Amino acid sequence: MSGFKSLVARDIRLALREGGAIGTALGFYLIVIAILPLGLGPDLNLLARIAPGVLWVALLLSALLSLDRIFLNDFEDGSLEVMIIGPLPLELIVAAKSIAHWITTGVPLALIAPVLGLLLNLDINAFGVLVLTMLVGTLGVSFIGAIGAALTLGLGRGGLLLSLIILPLYVPILIFGVGSVMAVIVGPSSFTASFMILCAISLAAIVLAPWAAGAALRMKFQ
Amino acid sequence: MLRFANPTWFMNFSARLLPWLVGLTALLFAIGLYMSFFTAPPDYQQGETVRIMFIHVPSAWLAMMCYGLIAVSSIGLLVWRHPLADVSAKAAAPIGAVFTFTALVTGSLWGKPMWGTYWVWDARLTSVLILFFLYLGLIALRNAIDDEVQAGKLSAILALVGTVILPIIKFSVNWWNTLHQPASVMRMGGSTLHSSILYPLLVMAVAFTVLFFALHMKAMRNEILRRRVAALRITQVDEAMTPQAAE
Repeated sequence: MSGFKSLVARDIRLALREGGAIGTALGFYLIVIAILPLGLGPDLNLLARIAPGVLWVALLLSALLSLDRIFLNDFEDGSLEVMIIGPLPLELIVAAKSIAHWITTGVPLALIAPVLGLLLNLDINAFGVLVLTMLVGTLGVSFIGAIGAALTLGLGRGGLLLSLIILPLYVPILIFGVGSVMAVIVGPSSFTASFMILCAISLAAIVLAPWAAGAALRMKFQ
Repeated sequence: MLRFANPTWFMNFSARLLPWLVGLTALLFAIGLYMSFFTAPPDYQQGETVRIMFIHVPSAWLAMMCYGLIAVSSIGLLVWRHPLADVSAKAAAPIGAVFTFTALVTGSLWGKPMWGTYWVWDARLTSVLILFFLYLGLIALRNAIDDEVQAGKLSAILALVGTVILPIIKFSVNWWNTLHQPASVMRMGGSTLHSSILYPLLVMAVAFTVLFFALHMKAMRNEILRRRVAALRITQVDEAMTPQAAE
């Protein structure tokens, strides 16, 4: 387990010291949200109505941009190969890297979402729920994304291919993430139901995704 | 040569079976199309547009069956390393994508006179659209990887991940739709179909299924031949290079 923890700590440290990584995702998130009202018009009622959906979609896109970072650097400098030979099972390596990605991308994006919610005139009562659902949802985003990152590892046009493969798989997270925020703002459906299912999807992703991503990585290094 | 044993058997077998499949497809389509255009009465609500259903429903059914076939082939490849399984999965993906696309296009052509719009964000339409994206992802991933063996295995993993997530997507899209709008607009109640509509539909469904197997078998044969040609080229280049290297 110490290997697992130190791998998570290492990845977080690398992401922090690299600097640009987290900032780029946050900057992208901000610019997408800021440019949207320019296209839709400044009608605050309209913006308030679409705010949860827009915030979630932009979050998925921003997270998507950083997904290839999960394995790419370690793949290019060969440290991924060393990790695979090492004592830690490959599935746990994938899990550690996904958790590190969640902490360095999902959590900051979720935490900044309320600020962007202000720009979109999002109902103040929904801020807490928004952050909560995003924290849970981005966990699933990172783990499912790890599958895509592993599958497209080392392919030239990785970024676009990754989006094509992974975005359809994010549909359930998007629907239940937005659903639980909407439940708080307009009702009448239950917040608990959507939120529970969102938790279930993320938990299932945590358990199952490392197997799929691990199998993909194993085939890369055969 | 053990690896080639099975494909060789398949080539012999399919060479004999394929003409029969093609003939059966033509025959079934002749009967099915005649029935759907001349025997089946126009629906009292939907009018002549109901005939679109004779193309639409079989396409949609094949779109799903084809993904099932890809999933089974992927298991065959990953678990038993069966070389034919990879050929089958590779050949099925574009065919499945085309049937899914056909289902979407015919569905929206039917939707225009029925619902007054080409596209409705109905739960069923949306999940078929996402299925189409999954097909595109599968094809794109396979095309992006140069190494044939690796491409097969990696797309097999993606296909299986898709199989796990597809029911969740289907379920979540249903949920999402009921959240936003009341009862679905789909009026095709399966149990209430009259036999004058049902029989043409069944014949067309069988015709499409046989067509699918004919196309799939032909595509598999082409893929095996393509791989053999590629292997022959490599040995040729090898032979051409060896004496030069010795000099």
